[in-house]
Amino acid sequence: MEDVILMQNVWKAYPNGVMALNGIDLSVKQGEFVYIVGPSGAGKSTFIKMIFRELKPTRGKIFINNKNIANLRERQVPYFRRKIGVVFQDFRLLPKLTVYENVAFALEVIEEHPRTIKKRVMEVLDLVGLKHKMRSFPDQLSGGEQQRVSIARSICNRPPVLIADEPTGNLDPETSWQIMDVFKRINEQGTTIVMATHNRDIVNKIRHRVIALEGGMIVRDQQEGDYGYED
Amino acid sequence: MAMKIRTLRRHVNESFKSLGRNGWMTFASVSAVTVSLVLVGLFLMVMFNLNKIAGDIESDVEVRVYLDQSITQAQQDALEQDLKEVKNVQSVQFQSKKQGLNSLMKSLGNDKKSFADLQKENPLPNAFILKTKKPEQTIHVANQVRDLPNVTDVRYGKGTVEKLFHFIRIARNVGIVLIIGLLFTSVFLIANTIKLTIVARRREIEIMKLVGATNAFVRWPYFIEGLVMGILGSVIPVVLVMVVYRFAYYGLGGNLQQMFIRLIPYHTMTTNLSLLLVGIGAIIGVWGSMSSVRKFLKV
Ligand SMILES: Nc1ncnc2c1ncn2[C@@H]1O[C@H](COP(=O)(O)OP(=O)(O)OP(=O)(O)O)[C@@H](O)[C@H]1O
Ligand SMILES: [Mg+2]
Repeated sequence: MEDVILMQNVWKAYPNGVMALNGIDLSVKQGEFVYIVGPSGAGKSTFIKMIFRELKPTRGKIFINNKNIANLRERQVPYFRRKIGVVFQDFRLLPKLTVYENVAFALEVIEEHPRTIKKRVMEVLDLVGLKHKMRSFPDQLSGGEQQRVSIARSICNRPPVLIADEPTGNLDPETSWQIMDVFKRINEQGTTIVMATHNRDIVNKIRHRVIALEGGMIVRDQQEGDYGYED
Repeated sequence: MAMKIRTLRRHVNESFKSLGRNGWMTFASVSAVTVSLVLVGLFLMVMFNLNKIAGDIESDVEVRVYLDQSITQAQQDALEQDLKEVKNVQSVQFQSKKQGLNSLMKSLGNDKKSFADLQKENPLPNAFILKTKKPEQTIHVANQVRDLPNVTDVRYGKGTVEKLFHFIRIARNVGIVLIIGLLFTSVFLIANTIKLTIVARRREIEIMKLVGATNAFVRWPYFIEGLVMGILGSVIPVVLVMVVYRFAYYGLGGNLQQMFIRLIPYHTMTTNLSLLLVGIGAIIGVWGSMSSVRKFLKV
Protein backbone atom coordinates (compact mmCIF):
# COMPACT_ATOMS: atom_id res chain seq x y z
CA MET A 1 0.00 0.00 0.00
CA GLU A 2 0.95 3.60 -0.61
CA ASP A 3 2.27 5.73 2.22
CA VAL A 4 -0.05 8.74 2.33
CA ILE A 5 1.85 10.23 5.23
CA LEU A 6 5.50 9.41 5.88
CA MET A 7 7.52 11.18 8.54
CA GLN A 8 11.24 10.67 8.89
CA ASN A 9 13.02 11.92 11.99
CA VAL A 10 10.82 14.98 12.38
CA TRP A 11 11.74 17.55 15.01
CA LYS A 12 9.98 20.74 15.93
CA ALA A 13 11.32 23.50 18.12
CA TYR A 14 9.11 26.55 18.64
CA PRO A 15 10.86 29.92 18.39
CA ASN A 16 10.76 30.22 22.19
CA GLY A 17 12.85 27.07 22.46
CA VAL A 18 10.11 24.57 23.41
CA MET A 19 10.82 21.21 21.83
CA ALA A 20 7.33 20.05 20.79
CA LEU A 21 8.34 17.08 18.62
CA ASN A 22 11.48 15.01 19.17
CA GLY A 23 12.30 12.70 16.30
CA ILE A 24 9.03 11.34 14.93
CA ASP A 25 9.14 8.38 12.51
CA LEU A 26 5.82 7.24 11.15
CA SER A 27 4.00 5.94 8.14
CA VAL A 28 0.28 6.06 7.47
CA LYS A 29 -1.18 4.03 4.58
CA GLN A 30 -3.95 5.10 2.32
CA GLY A 31 -7.40 4.58 3.85
CA GLU A 32 -6.16 4.22 7.43
CA PHE A 33 -7.91 5.77 10.43
CA VAL A 34 -5.43 6.92 13.06
CA TYR A 35 -6.01 8.33 16.54
CA ILE A 36 -3.32 10.54 18.02
CA VAL A 37 -3.57 10.45 21.82
CA GLY A 38 -1.46 11.70 24.67
CA PRO A 39 -1.56 14.03 27.64
CA SER A 40 -1.93 17.76 27.27
CA GLY A 41 1.24 19.28 25.87
CA ALA A 42 2.38 16.00 24.32
CA GLY A 43 2.60 17.60 20.87
CA LYS A 44 -0.63 16.37 19.23
CA SER A 45 -1.66 19.73 17.80
CA THR A 46 1.88 20.41 16.68
CA PHE A 47 1.89 17.06 14.91
CA ILE A 48 -1.41 17.87 13.17
CA LYS A 49 -0.17 21.32 12.13
CA MET A 50 2.87 19.74 10.50
CA ILE A 51 0.74 17.66 8.19
CA PHE A 52 -0.97 20.58 6.50
CA ARG A 53 2.05 22.78 6.62
CA GLU A 54 0.83 25.32 9.11
CA LEU A 55 4.21 24.67 10.67
CA LYS A 56 7.52 23.67 9.12
CA PRO A 57 9.60 20.99 10.82
CA THR A 58 12.85 22.19 12.33
CA ARG A 59 14.45 19.00 11.07
CA GLY A 60 13.37 15.92 9.15
CA LYS A 61 11.20 15.06 6.19
CA ILE A 62 7.42 14.87 5.85
CA PHE A 63 6.11 13.16 2.74
CA ILE A 64 2.45 13.62 1.89
CA ASN A 65 1.54 11.57 -1.19
CA ASN A 66 5.27 11.06 -1.77
CA LYS A 67 6.00 14.75 -1.85
CA ASN A 68 8.30 16.22 0.78
CA ILE A 69 6.43 19.20 2.17
CA ALA A 70 9.27 20.25 4.44
CA ASN A 71 10.89 22.05 1.55
CA LEU A 72 7.72 23.07 -0.26
CA ARG A 73 7.94 26.57 -1.71
CA GLU A 74 5.59 29.15 -0.20
CA ARG A 75 3.84 29.59 -3.53
CA GLN A 76 2.97 25.92 -3.64
CA VAL A 77 1.57 25.69 -0.13
CA PRO A 78 -2.01 26.72 -1.14
CA TYR A 79 -2.12 24.05 -3.85
CA PHE A 80 -0.84 21.48 -1.38
CA ARG A 81 -3.49 22.42 1.18
CA ARG A 82 -6.26 21.72 -1.30
CA LYS A 83 -5.38 18.06 -0.89
CA ILE A 84 -5.74 18.08 2.92
CA GLY A 85 -9.03 18.54 4.74
CA VAL A 86 -8.80 20.11 8.19
CA VAL A 87 -11.30 20.07 11.05
CA PHE A 88 -10.89 21.95 14.34
CA GLN A 89 -12.38 21.83 17.76
CA ASP A 90 -13.95 25.28 17.29
CA PHE A 91 -15.60 24.64 13.87
CA ARG A 92 -14.39 27.93 12.31
CA LEU A 93 -17.51 28.70 10.34
CA LEU A 94 -18.34 32.16 8.97
CA PRO A 95 -21.31 33.43 10.99
CA LYS A 96 -22.76 35.59 8.21
CA LEU A 97 -22.91 32.80 5.68
CA THR A 98 -25.49 30.05 5.53
CA VAL A 99 -24.57 26.38 5.82
CA TYR A 100 -24.58 26.07 2.05
CA GLU A 101 -22.49 29.23 1.60
CA ASN A 102 -19.99 28.19 4.23
CA VAL A 103 -19.23 25.01 2.35
CA ALA A 104 -19.36 26.65 -1.07
CA PHE A 105 -16.95 29.34 0.14
CA ALA A 106 -14.15 26.78 0.38
CA LEU A 107 -14.60 25.89 -3.28
CA GLU A 108 -15.17 29.45 -4.50
CA VAL A 109 -11.87 30.68 -3.13
CA ILE A 110 -9.98 27.99 -5.00
CA GLU A 111 -11.85 29.04 -8.13
CA GLU A 112 -13.89 25.91 -8.72
CA HIS A 113 -16.46 26.01 -11.46
CA PRO A 114 -19.93 27.13 -10.19
CA ARG A 115 -21.59 23.96 -11.50
CA THR A 116 -19.05 21.77 -9.73
CA ILE A 117 -19.50 23.80 -6.55
CA LYS A 118 -23.26 23.30 -6.50
CA LYS A 119 -22.95 19.58 -7.11
CA ARG A 120 -20.20 18.99 -4.57
CA VAL A 121 -21.81 21.08 -1.83
CA MET A 122 -25.07 19.16 -2.10
CA GLU A 123 -23.17 15.87 -2.07
CA VAL A 124 -21.21 16.59 1.09
CA LEU A 125 -24.17 18.14 2.91
CA ASP A 126 -26.04 14.97 2.13
CA LEU A 127 -23.14 12.89 3.46
CA VAL A 128 -23.09 14.72 6.81
CA GLY A 129 -26.89 14.69 6.93
CA LEU A 130 -27.50 18.41 6.81
CA LYS A 131 -29.06 18.95 3.39
CA HIS A 132 -32.28 20.08 5.05
CA LYS A 133 -30.44 22.78 7.01
CA MET A 134 -28.52 24.29 4.14
CA ARG A 135 -30.27 27.66 4.46
CA SER A 136 -29.66 27.96 8.20
CA PHE A 137 -26.96 30.14 9.70
CA PRO A 138 -24.35 28.64 12.06
CA ASP A 139 -25.87 30.22 15.17
CA GLN A 140 -29.15 28.43 14.40
CA LEU A 141 -27.39 25.06 14.64
CA SER A 142 -26.31 22.85 17.52
CA GLY A 143 -22.61 22.31 18.15
CA GLY A 144 -22.70 18.89 16.54
CA GLU A 145 -24.42 20.26 13.47
CA GLN A 146 -21.89 23.06 13.20
CA GLN A 147 -19.09 20.53 13.39
CA ARG A 148 -20.72 18.51 10.63
CA VAL A 149 -20.83 21.62 8.45
CA SER A 150 -17.16 22.15 9.11
CA ILE A 151 -16.46 18.52 8.18
CA ALA A 152 -18.52 18.94 5.03
CA ARG A 153 -16.40 21.95 4.17
CA SER A 154 -13.16 20.06 4.84
CA ILE A 155 -14.01 17.25 2.41
CA CYS A 156 -15.81 19.17 -0.34
CA ASN A 157 -12.65 19.25 -2.45
CA ARG A 158 -12.26 15.45 -2.08
CA PRO A 159 -8.97 15.53 -0.19
CA PRO A 160 -7.22 12.15 0.16
CA VAL A 161 -6.31 13.05 3.75
CA LEU A 162 -8.51 14.48 6.49
CA ILE A 163 -6.89 15.70 9.70
CA ALA A 164 -8.89 16.67 12.79
CA ASP A 165 -7.66 18.26 16.00
CA GLU A 166 -10.02 17.28 18.83
CA PRO A 167 -13.12 17.46 16.63
CA THR A 168 -15.34 16.34 19.51
CA GLY A 169 -13.62 18.49 22.11
CA ASN A 170 -16.50 20.96 22.35
CA LEU A 171 -19.31 18.43 22.02
CA ASP A 172 -21.30 16.30 24.45
CA PRO A 173 -20.87 12.49 24.27
CA GLU A 174 -24.10 11.95 22.34
CA THR A 175 -23.16 14.40 19.60
CA SER A 176 -19.62 13.07 19.48
CA TRP A 177 -20.92 9.71 18.31
CA GLN A 178 -22.70 11.43 15.40
CA ILE A 179 -19.44 13.04 14.38
CA MET A 180 -17.68 9.68 14.52
CA ASP A 181 -20.40 8.24 12.33
CA VAL A 182 -19.70 10.90 9.74
CA PHE A 183 -15.97 10.19 9.93
CA LYS A 184 -16.67 6.51 9.48
CA ARG A 185 -18.55 7.18 6.25
CA ILE A 186 -15.80 9.45 4.97
CA ASN A 187 -13.19 6.85 5.86
CA GLU A 188 -15.15 4.18 4.06
CA GLN A 189 -14.95 6.25 0.89
CA GLY A 190 -11.17 5.80 1.05
CA THR A 191 -10.14 9.00 2.80
CA THR A 192 -7.25 8.68 5.24
CA ILE A 193 -8.16 10.19 8.61
CA VAL A 194 -5.80 11.37 11.34
CA MET A 195 -7.57 12.53 14.47
CA ALA A 196 -6.04 13.94 17.63
CA THR A 197 -8.35 13.35 20.58
CA HIS A 198 -8.80 13.22 24.33
CA ASN A 199 -11.99 11.16 24.02
CA ARG A 200 -11.27 7.90 25.82
CA ASP A 201 -14.73 6.36 25.16
CA ILE A 202 -14.53 6.86 21.44
CA VAL A 203 -11.01 5.50 21.14
CA ASN A 204 -11.86 2.47 23.22
CA LYS A 205 -15.16 1.68 21.47
CA ILE A 206 -14.40 2.47 17.85
CA ARG A 207 -11.12 0.68 17.47
CA HIS A 208 -8.51 2.01 15.08
CA ARG A 209 -4.78 2.41 15.05
CA VAL A 210 -3.62 4.44 18.07
CA ILE A 211 -0.44 6.50 18.15
CA ALA A 212 0.40 7.79 21.61
CA LEU A 213 2.62 10.83 22.00
CA GLU A 214 4.41 11.90 25.12
CA GLY A 215 6.91 14.70 25.37
CA GLY A 216 7.00 14.97 21.60
CA MET A 217 7.87 11.31 21.05
CA ILE A 218 5.87 8.28 19.90
CA VAL A 219 5.61 6.03 22.93
CA ARG A 220 3.12 3.55 21.46
CA ASP A 221 1.86 2.64 17.98
CA GLN A 222 -0.84 0.00 18.15
CA GLN A 223 -3.34 -1.40 15.63
CA GLU A 224 -6.86 -1.59 17.07
CA GLY A 225 -5.38 0.05 20.14
CA ASP A 226 -6.98 1.49 23.23
CA TYR A 227 -6.72 4.90 24.86
CA GLY A 228 -4.31 3.42 27.28
CA TYR A 229 -3.54 5.98 29.95
CA GLU A 230 -5.27 7.90 32.74
CA ASP A 231 -5.98 11.58 32.11
CA MET B 1 -2.39 32.79 -16.16
CA ALA B 2 -5.36 34.99 -16.93
CA MET B 3 -7.91 35.49 -14.21
CA LYS B 4 -11.35 34.19 -14.88
CA ILE B 5 -14.01 36.85 -15.41
CA ARG B 6 -16.13 35.30 -12.68
CA THR B 7 -13.23 35.54 -10.25
CA LEU B 8 -12.56 39.15 -11.16
CA ARG B 9 -16.25 39.93 -10.69
CA ARG B 10 -16.10 38.36 -7.26
CA HIS B 11 -13.07 40.43 -6.25
CA VAL B 12 -14.67 43.65 -7.46
CA ASN B 13 -17.88 42.79 -5.61
CA GLU B 14 -16.01 42.03 -2.43
CA SER B 15 -14.05 45.26 -2.54
CA PHE B 16 -17.04 47.50 -3.18
CA LYS B 17 -18.99 45.76 -0.45
CA SER B 18 -16.33 46.56 2.11
CA LEU B 19 -15.76 50.08 0.79
CA GLY B 20 -19.44 50.66 1.52
CA ARG B 21 -19.33 48.91 4.86
CA ASN B 22 -16.53 51.21 6.03
CA GLY B 23 -18.17 54.27 4.47
CA TRP B 24 -16.74 56.90 6.76
CA MET B 25 -13.22 55.58 6.74
CA THR B 26 -13.39 55.29 2.99
CA PHE B 27 -14.60 58.89 2.80
CA ALA B 28 -11.80 60.10 5.07
CA SER B 29 -9.14 58.29 3.06
CA VAL B 30 -10.46 59.51 -0.25
CA SER B 31 -10.60 63.06 1.14
CA ALA B 32 -7.00 62.83 2.29
CA VAL B 33 -5.92 61.73 -1.16
CA THR B 34 -7.99 64.55 -2.64
CA VAL B 35 -6.39 67.23 -0.49
CA SER B 36 -2.89 65.94 -1.21
CA LEU B 37 -3.47 65.68 -4.93
CA VAL B 38 -5.03 69.16 -5.16
CA LEU B 39 -1.84 70.58 -3.69
CA VAL B 40 0.36 68.34 -5.82
CA GLY B 41 -1.61 69.42 -8.88
CA LEU B 42 -1.35 73.14 -8.25
CA PHE B 43 2.29 72.84 -7.29
CA LEU B 44 3.22 70.86 -10.37
CA MET B 45 1.23 73.24 -12.54
CA VAL B 46 3.42 76.11 -11.38
CA MET B 47 6.66 74.12 -11.36
CA PHE B 48 6.19 72.72 -14.84
CA ASN B 49 5.63 76.20 -16.20
CA LEU B 50 8.56 77.72 -14.35
CA ASN B 51 10.74 74.92 -15.65
CA LYS B 52 9.53 75.44 -19.17
CA ILE B 53 10.13 79.18 -19.00
CA ALA B 54 13.57 78.67 -17.51
CA GLY B 55 14.29 76.09 -20.18
CA ASP B 56 13.11 78.40 -22.94
CA ILE B 57 15.35 81.16 -21.72
CA GLU B 58 18.24 78.87 -21.00
CA SER B 59 18.29 77.25 -24.39
CA ASP B 60 18.35 80.69 -25.92
CA VAL B 61 21.65 81.21 -27.73
CA GLU B 62 20.88 84.76 -28.73
CA VAL B 63 22.64 87.86 -27.53
CA ARG B 64 21.04 91.16 -28.56
CA VAL B 65 23.37 94.06 -28.97
CA TYR B 66 21.44 97.35 -29.11
CA LEU B 67 23.02 100.22 -30.97
CA ASP B 68 23.29 103.92 -30.26
CA GLN B 69 20.62 105.78 -32.28
CA SER B 70 23.28 108.18 -33.64
CA ILE B 71 25.60 105.51 -35.04
CA THR B 72 26.95 106.10 -38.57
CA GLN B 73 27.00 103.47 -41.27
CA ALA B 74 30.81 103.27 -41.14
CA GLN B 75 30.79 102.82 -37.37
CA GLN B 76 28.14 100.19 -37.72
CA ASP B 77 30.15 98.24 -40.29
CA ALA B 78 33.22 98.42 -38.06
CA LEU B 79 31.21 97.19 -35.10
CA GLU B 80 29.84 94.29 -37.13
CA GLN B 81 33.39 93.33 -37.99
CA ASP B 82 34.42 93.48 -34.34
CA LEU B 83 31.47 91.36 -33.26
CA LYS B 84 32.30 88.67 -35.77
CA GLU B 85 35.74 88.35 -34.26
CA VAL B 86 34.53 87.77 -30.70
CA LYS B 87 35.22 84.24 -29.52
CA ASN B 88 32.31 81.76 -29.65
CA VAL B 89 30.16 83.98 -31.82
CA GLN B 90 28.56 81.82 -34.47
CA SER B 91 26.70 84.39 -36.49
CA VAL B 92 26.00 88.11 -36.57
CA GLN B 93 22.85 89.47 -38.08
CA PHE B 94 21.61 93.02 -38.35
CA GLN B 95 18.05 93.73 -37.25
CA SER B 96 16.61 97.15 -38.01
CA LYS B 97 14.21 98.74 -35.55
CA LYS B 98 11.36 97.97 -37.96
CA GLN B 99 12.27 94.29 -38.28
CA GLY B 100 12.64 94.13 -34.53
CA LEU B 101 9.12 95.41 -34.01
CA ASN B 102 7.70 93.06 -36.62
CA SER B 103 9.22 89.96 -35.13
CA LEU B 104 8.12 91.07 -31.69
CA MET B 105 4.54 91.43 -32.90
CA LYS B 106 4.68 88.10 -34.64
CA SER B 107 5.73 86.31 -31.51
CA LEU B 108 2.84 87.90 -29.68
CA GLY B 109 0.34 86.44 -32.09
CA ASN B 110 -3.24 87.60 -31.64
CA ASP B 111 -2.40 90.14 -29.00
CA LYS B 112 -0.96 92.60 -31.47
CA LYS B 113 -3.77 95.14 -30.96
CA SER B 114 -2.27 96.32 -27.72
CA PHE B 115 0.92 97.07 -29.55
CA ALA B 116 -0.69 99.06 -32.33
CA ASP B 117 0.43 102.41 -30.96
CA LEU B 118 3.99 101.18 -30.80
CA GLN B 119 4.03 101.20 -34.57
CA LYS B 120 3.46 104.94 -34.65
CA GLU B 121 6.52 105.62 -32.61
CA ASN B 122 8.84 102.63 -32.60
CA PRO B 123 10.86 102.63 -29.35
CA LEU B 124 13.16 99.79 -30.40
CA PRO B 125 16.73 100.62 -31.37
CA ASN B 126 18.61 98.97 -34.24
CA ALA B 127 20.39 95.85 -33.10
CA PHE B 128 22.80 93.07 -33.96
CA ILE B 129 21.63 89.56 -33.15
CA LEU B 130 24.54 87.35 -32.18
CA LYS B 131 24.22 83.61 -31.93
CA THR B 132 26.55 81.43 -29.89
CA LYS B 133 27.07 77.72 -30.27
CA LYS B 134 25.95 76.89 -26.77
CA PRO B 135 23.55 78.65 -24.39
CA GLU B 136 26.11 78.93 -21.62
CA GLN B 137 28.43 80.93 -23.86
CA THR B 138 25.99 83.84 -24.06
CA ILE B 139 27.03 85.27 -20.71
CA HIS B 140 30.68 85.39 -21.77
CA VAL B 141 29.96 86.89 -25.17
CA ALA B 142 27.65 89.48 -23.62
CA ASN B 143 30.34 90.59 -21.20
CA GLN B 144 32.86 90.93 -23.97
CA VAL B 145 30.74 93.03 -26.32
CA ARG B 146 29.20 95.26 -23.67
CA ASP B 147 32.14 97.70 -23.72
CA LEU B 148 32.48 98.03 -27.49
CA PRO B 149 31.85 101.56 -28.85
CA ASN B 150 28.28 102.55 -29.81
CA VAL B 151 26.75 99.63 -27.90
CA THR B 152 24.03 100.93 -25.56
CA ASP B 153 22.76 97.71 -24.12
CA VAL B 154 23.27 93.96 -24.29
CA ARG B 155 20.50 91.46 -23.56
CA TYR B 156 20.67 87.71 -23.14
CA GLY B 157 18.55 85.12 -21.38
CA LYS B 158 21.02 83.54 -19.05
CA GLY B 159 21.18 86.34 -16.51
CA THR B 160 17.47 86.42 -15.83
CA VAL B 161 17.37 82.67 -15.72
CA GLU B 162 19.91 82.45 -12.92
CA LYS B 163 17.57 84.23 -10.53
CA LEU B 164 14.62 82.20 -11.77
CA PHE B 165 16.47 78.95 -11.21
CA HIS B 166 17.31 80.00 -7.71
CA PHE B 167 13.65 80.66 -7.03
CA ILE B 168 12.59 77.38 -8.65
CA ARG B 169 15.02 75.44 -6.53
CA ILE B 170 13.70 76.90 -3.29
CA ALA B 171 10.05 76.52 -4.32
CA ARG B 172 10.71 72.95 -5.36
CA ASN B 173 12.38 71.96 -2.11
CA VAL B 174 9.71 73.49 0.06
CA GLY B 175 6.97 72.02 -2.12
CA ILE B 176 8.49 68.56 -2.23
CA VAL B 177 8.82 68.33 1.53
CA LEU B 178 5.25 69.48 1.99
CA ILE B 179 3.88 67.13 -0.62
CA ILE B 180 5.81 64.08 0.51
CA GLY B 181 4.38 64.67 3.96
CA LEU B 182 0.86 64.84 2.57
CA LEU B 183 1.29 61.82 0.36
CA PHE B 184 2.54 59.73 3.25
CA THR B 185 -0.42 60.82 5.32
CA SER B 186 -2.72 59.62 2.56
CA VAL B 187 -0.93 56.31 2.25
CA PHE B 188 -1.19 55.90 5.99
CA LEU B 189 -4.93 56.65 6.05
CA ILE B 190 -5.62 54.21 3.24
CA ALA B 191 -3.52 51.57 4.94
CA ASN B 192 -5.59 52.12 8.06
CA THR B 193 -8.90 51.80 6.26
CA ILE B 194 -7.80 48.60 4.61
CA LYS B 195 -6.53 47.33 7.92
CA LEU B 196 -10.00 47.77 9.37
CA THR B 197 -11.58 45.78 6.58
CA ILE B 198 -8.96 43.09 6.98
CA VAL B 199 -9.49 42.82 10.70
CA ALA B 200 -13.23 42.56 10.07
CA ARG B 201 -12.53 39.69 7.71
CA ARG B 202 -9.79 37.99 9.64
CA ARG B 203 -11.80 34.82 10.05
CA GLU B 204 -12.55 34.75 6.38
CA ILE B 205 -8.90 35.12 5.42
CA GLU B 206 -7.91 32.44 7.90
CA ILE B 207 -10.37 30.01 6.36
CA MET B 208 -9.34 30.97 2.85
CA LYS B 209 -5.76 30.11 3.65
CA LEU B 210 -6.85 26.93 5.37
CA VAL B 211 -8.67 25.59 2.34
CA GLY B 212 -5.89 26.57 -0.04
CA ALA B 213 -6.71 29.96 -1.54
CA THR B 214 -3.57 31.56 -2.99
CA ASN B 215 -2.15 34.73 -1.51
CA ALA B 216 -2.93 36.51 -4.75
CA PHE B 217 -6.57 35.51 -4.47
CA VAL B 218 -6.73 36.82 -0.90
CA ARG B 219 -4.97 40.00 -1.90
CA TRP B 220 -7.01 41.02 -4.94
CA PRO B 221 -10.05 42.60 -3.24
CA TYR B 222 -7.80 44.78 -1.09
CA PHE B 223 -5.73 45.75 -4.09
CA ILE B 224 -8.90 46.85 -5.86
CA GLU B 225 -10.13 48.67 -2.75
CA GLY B 226 -6.92 50.69 -2.53
CA LEU B 227 -6.91 51.38 -6.24
CA VAL B 228 -10.51 52.60 -6.18
CA MET B 229 -9.88 54.88 -3.20
CA GLY B 230 -6.77 56.34 -4.84
CA ILE B 231 -8.49 56.97 -8.14
CA LEU B 232 -11.62 58.40 -6.50
CA GLY B 233 -9.31 60.75 -4.62
CA SER B 234 -7.87 62.04 -7.87
CA VAL B 235 -11.20 63.07 -9.45
CA ILE B 236 -11.61 66.46 -7.79
CA PRO B 237 -7.94 67.40 -8.23
CA VAL B 238 -8.12 66.62 -11.95
CA VAL B 239 -11.23 68.75 -12.43
CA LEU B 240 -9.73 71.54 -10.37
CA VAL B 241 -6.50 71.52 -12.35
CA MET B 242 -8.49 71.82 -15.57
CA VAL B 243 -10.51 74.76 -14.29
CA VAL B 244 -7.62 76.59 -12.67
CA TYR B 245 -5.35 76.18 -15.66
CA ARG B 246 -8.09 77.40 -17.95
CA PHE B 247 -8.13 80.67 -16.00
CA ALA B 248 -4.37 80.80 -15.72
CA TYR B 249 -3.71 80.06 -19.35
CA TYR B 250 -6.43 82.04 -21.07
CA GLY B 251 -6.67 84.79 -18.46
CA LEU B 252 -3.08 85.33 -17.44
CA GLY B 253 -1.34 83.89 -20.48
CA GLY B 254 -1.91 86.98 -22.62
CA ASN B 255 -0.37 89.30 -20.08
CA LEU B 256 2.61 87.01 -19.66
CA GLN B 257 3.14 86.90 -23.39
CA GLN B 258 3.74 90.62 -23.35
CA MET B 259 6.66 89.81 -21.11
CA PHE B 260 7.84 87.23 -23.69
CA ILE B 261 6.81 84.34 -21.44
CA ARG B 262 4.96 81.46 -23.01
CA LEU B 263 3.05 79.04 -20.78
CA ILE B 264 2.69 75.33 -21.51
CA PRO B 265 -0.32 74.90 -23.85
CA TYR B 266 -3.64 74.14 -22.14
CA HIS B 267 -4.22 70.67 -23.53
CA THR B 268 -0.66 69.44 -23.10
CA MET B 269 -0.68 70.60 -19.51
CA THR B 270 -4.08 69.29 -18.45
CA THR B 271 -3.70 65.94 -20.20
CA ASN B 272 -0.31 65.20 -18.70
CA LEU B 273 -1.10 66.53 -15.28
CA SER B 274 -4.41 64.64 -15.12
CA LEU B 275 -2.73 61.37 -16.02
CA LEU B 276 -0.03 62.07 -13.49
CA LEU B 277 -2.53 62.82 -10.72
CA VAL B 278 -4.62 59.72 -11.42
CA GLY B 279 -1.39 57.71 -11.50
CA ILE B 280 -0.17 59.11 -8.19
CA GLY B 281 -3.61 58.49 -6.68
CA ALA B 282 -3.57 54.89 -7.86
CA ILE B 283 -0.06 54.33 -6.50
CA ILE B 284 -0.95 55.86 -3.12
CA GLY B 285 -4.03 53.66 -2.89
CA VAL B 286 -2.38 50.42 -3.90
CA TRP B 287 0.68 51.09 -1.80
CA GLY B 288 -1.44 51.84 1.26
CA SER B 289 -3.55 48.75 0.90
CA MET B 290 -0.75 46.36 0.04
CA SER B 291 1.31 47.50 3.00
CA SER B 292 -1.61 46.51 5.23
CA VAL B 293 -2.28 43.18 3.55
CA ARG B 294 1.33 42.07 3.71
CA LYS B 295 1.27 41.84 7.50
CA PHE B 296 -1.84 39.66 7.49
CA LEU B 297 -0.80 37.20 4.86
CA LYS B 298 2.12 35.66 6.69
CA VAL B 299 1.04 31.99 7.08
N1 LIG C 1 2.98 28.52 19.28
C1 LIG C 1 3.70 27.94 20.22
N2 LIG C 1 4.81 28.55 20.69
C2 LIG C 1 5.54 27.97 21.64
N3 LIG C 1 5.27 26.81 22.21
C3 LIG C 1 4.19 26.14 21.81
C4 LIG C 1 3.34 26.67 20.81
N4 LIG C 1 2.33 25.81 20.60
C5 LIG C 1 2.55 24.78 21.44
N5 LIG C 1 3.65 24.97 22.16
C6 LIG C 1 4.22 24.04 23.14
O1 LIG C 1 4.55 22.86 22.46
C7 LIG C 1 4.19 21.73 23.25
C8 LIG C 1 3.19 20.85 22.49
O2 LIG C 1 2.00 21.57 22.31
P1 LIG C 1 0.75 21.02 21.55
O3 LIG C 1 -0.24 22.13 21.40
O4 LIG C 1 1.20 20.35 20.32
O5 LIG C 1 0.20 19.94 22.59
P2 LIG C 1 -1.14 19.08 22.51
O6 LIG C 1 -0.72 17.68 22.63
O7 LIG C 1 -1.95 19.49 21.37
O8 LIG C 1 -1.84 19.53 23.87
P3 LIG C 1 -3.43 19.62 24.16
O9 LIG C 1 -3.84 18.23 24.40
O10 LIG C 1 -3.50 20.43 25.41
O11 LIG C 1 -4.07 20.26 22.99
C9 LIG C 1 3.64 22.28 24.54
O12 LIG C 1 4.68 22.30 25.49
C10 LIG C 1 3.23 23.69 24.21
O13 LIG C 1 3.36 24.52 25.34
MG1 LIG D 1 -3.87 20.38 21.08
